[in-house]
Amino acid sequence: MNPASIKFRIVKSKLLQVIIIVFAFAITLPLIFIIYYIFKEGVSRINWTFLTHIPKPVGETGGGIVNALLGSILIVLVASVIAIPFGILCGIYLSENRSGRLSYWSRLTVDVLQGVPSIVIGIVVYFWLVKPLGTFSALSGSVALAIMMLPILIRSTEETLNLIPPTLKEAGLALGVPYHKVILRVIVPCGTSGILSGAILSVARIAGETAPLLFTAFGNPYLSTNILKPMHSLPLLIYNYATSPYDEWHELAWGAALILLFTVLLLNIITKITTRRWNVQL
Amino acid sequence: MIQITKNLRNHLLTFSALGLFGAIFSQASAQDEKTLLGAGSTFINPLFSKMFAEYNTKTGIQVNYQSIGSGGGILQLTNKTVDFGASDAPLNDEQTTKIGAPVLHIPMASGAVVLTYNLPGVTASLKLTPDVIADIFLGKITKWDDKRISSLNAGVTVPSFPILIVHRSDGSGTTNIFTNYLAKVSPEWGTKVGSGTAVNWPTGLGGKGSEGVSGLVKQTPGAVGYVELIYALQNKMLFAQVKNLKGKYIVPSLASVSAASNIKLPDDAKVFFTNSDAADGYPISGFTWVIIYKEQNYGGRSAKKAQNLLQLLWWNIHDGQQYATPLNYSPLSKGALGVAEKILRSATYGGKPILK
Amino acid sequence: MEAVQDKIETVPARKIKASSRQVRMESVFRQTLVIIALLVVILVFGIMLTLIVESVPSFRALGIKYLWGRTWDPVNNLYGAYPFLLGTLLTSFLALIISIPFSFAVAVYLGEYNTKGWFSTSLRNIVDLIAAVPSVIYGFWGLLVLVPIVRNFEIKMGILPYGIGIFTASLVLAIMIIPYAAALGREMIRLVPSSLKEGAYSLGATRWEVIRSVILPYTKSGLFAGILLSLGRALGETMAVTMVIGNTSMLPHSIFAPGNTMASVIANEFTEADHTVYLSALIELGLVLFLVTVIINMVGKRIIKRFTNE
Repeated sequence: MNPASIKFRIVKSKLLQVIIIVFAFAITLPLIFIIYYIFKEGVSRINWTFLTHIPKPVGETGGGIVNALLGSILIVLVASVIAIPFGILCGIYLSENRSGRLSYWSRLTVDVLQGVPSIVIGIVVYFWLVKPLGTFSALSGSVALAIMMLPILIRSTEETLNLIPPTLKEAGLALGVPYHKVILRVIVPCGTSGILSGAILSVARIAGETAPLLFTAFGNPYLSTNILKPMHSLPLLIYNYATSPYDEWHELAWGAALILLFTVLLLNIITKITTRRWNVQL
Repeated sequence: MIQITKNLRNHLLTFSALGLFGAIFSQASAQDEKTLLGAGSTFINPLFSKMFAEYNTKTGIQVNYQSIGSGGGILQLTNKTVDFGASDAPLNDEQTTKIGAPVLHIPMASGAVVLTYNLPGVTASLKLTPDVIADIFLGKITKWDDKRISSLNAGVTVPSFPILIVHRSDGSGTTNIFTNYLAKVSPEWGTKVGSGTAVNWPTGLGGKGSEGVSGLVKQTPGAVGYVELIYALQNKMLFAQVKNLKGKYIVPSLASVSAASNIKLPDDAKVFFTNSDAADGYPISGFTWVIIYKEQNYGGRSAKKAQNLLQLLWWNIHDGQQYATPLNYSPLSKGALGVAEKILRSATYGGKPILK
Repeated sequence: MEAVQDKIETVPARKIKASSRQVRMESVFRQTLVIIALLVVILVFGIMLTLIVESVPSFRALGIKYLWGRTWDPVNNLYGAYPFLLGTLLTSFLALIISIPFSFAVAVYLGEYNTKGWFSTSLRNIVDLIAAVPSVIYGFWGLLVLVPIVRNFEIKMGILPYGIGIFTASLVLAIMIIPYAAALGREMIRLVPSSLKEGAYSLGATRWEVIRSVILPYTKSGLFAGILLSLGRALGETMAVTMVIGNTSMLPHSIFAPGNTMASVIANEFTEADHTVYLSALIELGLVLFLVTVIINMVGKRIIKRFTNE
């Protein structure tokens, strides 16, 4: 054995270790950079006017983003109300029925749904809701977002419930508790934190989505709570203002981006804290 | 005992949920009549944005206008997802057939399509002739210090930057006005590219809306794009003087647009006045029209809604015109106003005219 | 004896009624579950069906030649998807190439060098947060921060200083897709049985040699699946790409030129496609996008499933 070659191999190994570590930590740079930049540009913009006023006409200074803020909250809320019961129930079905034809197809289509680009979902909901109803609406935007929430909800519910020992369910059934009560009153509450974190994650996933809202919620310069009519949202605002030439609009967009980024990151961090207990692969 | 209160609780929850939904929906329908939805031209967006904000303060009616491009406005009107469309290009034959029912074109104001550019070191307004403009956009003139440009601008040192064209990526009435002009002044453009709301540009970058184009030009050295005058003014960008048919170099402005737009309108108001032969007229200007269905009783629209719409449009061509001049749009001339009024009066609901 | 039998036989009528109601509730519940699972299946097939149905006018007018047509001319109603297919493939593959070294490094570091400890957990969390940032924010940041940097670079290199273009879009995409291959890669690498690694160490291999000759071959298909998942994500990404790619329907002549992807052209032109064939051509793009991303995702998932079941 040539001692020089061993040394060479060891050096090479150490060298590559350094390179890998450098590369691995290099990817934290863009994220830190982005967060820093948005914080720097956006924090100065956030004040009471910003949060409570609607935008001024084109070219005038002042104004705020309250319509987009409220719109985002409403659209996400309605989407959650639609998607969460659906997703959880489907997840229950899949965890109760590991095999079987419907199970197989259901799982397959959930996988497919997870990969569908958000813009395609926007197109489809346009044809399903906007065109027949004859109007753009926050509701159609919520439906599009709800469709996107489903795979995460279903997947996380199924995996959370799979982790619960079957003996719990069997004990309940043996005691004569009806099936639906066993599921709804025993099993599901047991998996609450896993299911809850799946729900929070799905909300975080769609809170920043723009593409599905382009052809559904459409946007609205006024404050509105009517879900059957167009509504504005933070991502739409950022998209429109970012591509405009007005410096004033750029500033509004930075502020909006800060709020959006902060909210999404916060939701993700909350999810991480809650899943630690479950070790669920979301 | 526990059973009773649990039942009661469930019932209370259901009723309050229903009540909440009911409240939202009923407020929705009352709100509905006081909201009007419009979409289309980015060309007129700054003016509409101001007009509708003022109208809202005056009457409480909310007009939600989305500037998605003239093509978009016409499409959404065809799909009946908006109350009115706004376009700088009147409906072409295919669109007229597709929309099925008769529509009214109501002129609102006219504006100038200016050639805005970003040349580091240049603070003057460049002079350009029609053939030079056409050849720039055809990709035949590729550098700013090309002889054909510098020969027109003796006193200005033009840096040797490559020319970056910025055009519209969406269906645009501004594009329509501009390409209409180009087709008139350059036979090569007419055959090679043609005119329309979206054409097959030989070269260049695409921006969404006049906002996108001005945004790109503002940030890209060496870029040139075509936008409505107010976008260049509001963003303190330079724009070119164009030689008109009479041989004069015209600065795009309120005055020069008004000079060009002072023409006799046909009864349906569908007309282009690019390459105008007015002595002081700016050659690349055009109207923006609001387009509505002639018969307003469709898709379950209420008479009140139709009336709100017509009153809004009536206000637009009368009191609303005062907001045009400060934003450098040319208000309707007396003759144009007369034609517009007649067109508005012909709108009907269930066969009966809406405006008295 | 008789007392017990009495107790078994006499069941009060109230309890019978309650239990039959319970049985009904149970079956209602079960049926509800089945219906909902069915609805999910119907939903996805509905999406596919809508896309196909709405693409029919374009298919009938332009045929299969649409896919390699090079002209996108709404004035003359001539459509060809080739520029967008090219744009999509260019940006996605370029993004993949840029991101793979980084994803690989993270996967190896977290899976092999440093699997536990708060240091590695923070890195893992940061990588997950990268995936969580909304794409419109990436687009916004890319437009206002990255584009000027690329523009200065282009000026120095003597290229047309658009700033915007395929290259910039690929950069932004690369950042966005790193987490997918990285997270999956880490899982795969952690699954390598320690017996294999220890065997290699006992034969005198260095750390790197263990990685290269034991871990990598073992996880080859898993890593490949991770790359596929990243690719699937890149293909469908819309907002960030739309904001920095330049939006032109010409064939890009270099990676620094502006272009368009299938997703971004849909986003830009959908609300104003005024001819039937125009709209239908855009939807056909959506259909192609749908099929391609679905297939890639499915293949990736199959590989993972097979790998974790071995």
